[in-house]
Amino acid sequence: MKFIAYFFLGMGVFFASFGNIGILRFPDVYTRLQASSKCGITSIISIFIGLIILEGLSPTTIRIIIITIFFLITSPVSSHIIGRSAYKEGILPWRKEKTKGK
Amino acid sequence: MDLNILKIVIILLSINSLISLYRVIKGPTSQDRLIGLNLIVAQVTAIMVISAVNFHRPIYLDVALVYAILGYISIIAITKYLKGRKLHE
Repeated sequence: MKFIAYFFLGMGVFFASFGNIGILRFPDVYTRLQASSKCGITSIISIFIGLIILEGLSPTTIRIIIITIFFLITSPVSSHIIGRSAYKEGILPWRKEKTKGK
Repeated sequence: MDLNILKIVIILLSINSLISLYRVIKGPTSQDRLIGLNLIVAQVTAIMVISAVNFHRPIYLDVALVYAILGYISIIAITKYLKGRKLHE
């Protein structure tokens, strides 16, 4: 049972590192937003699942489930708000250099 | 100093949040900084929940929940503050 929890924790760290690589490497607001929201929510949910498996059934588990539900509701909403703010402000999407002039 | 797996995960997540602090400092637009802040809030909440399980202190879970709520509300407030301006006119 412990190895499943450690597997989930390792998967969370893996996804967090790849989200950070996406944050550093991508060229635009919208692509960075995609990498951030997807990898962030996946890493958080898998770390919480690993902790729930590690802890067993206790009051701590119920609170972790509450925080997980809160993250599942609010993380897509905040990503959507950031993207909508960038779109309303008039930031143009990134294109390759060849198709830029046409 | 004894290292178990949860402490190693805490150290790796701290390094990850330091890396995403780079985008907050250097981002060209303010939305880039907001993306970095969103990621930092998520990772610090995960660090708090892991330390609550590791050190057997259930009070850290309440701190994590309040911190997540504050991050969400602050992102909404900052985007409402940035609403009125235009870049390309």
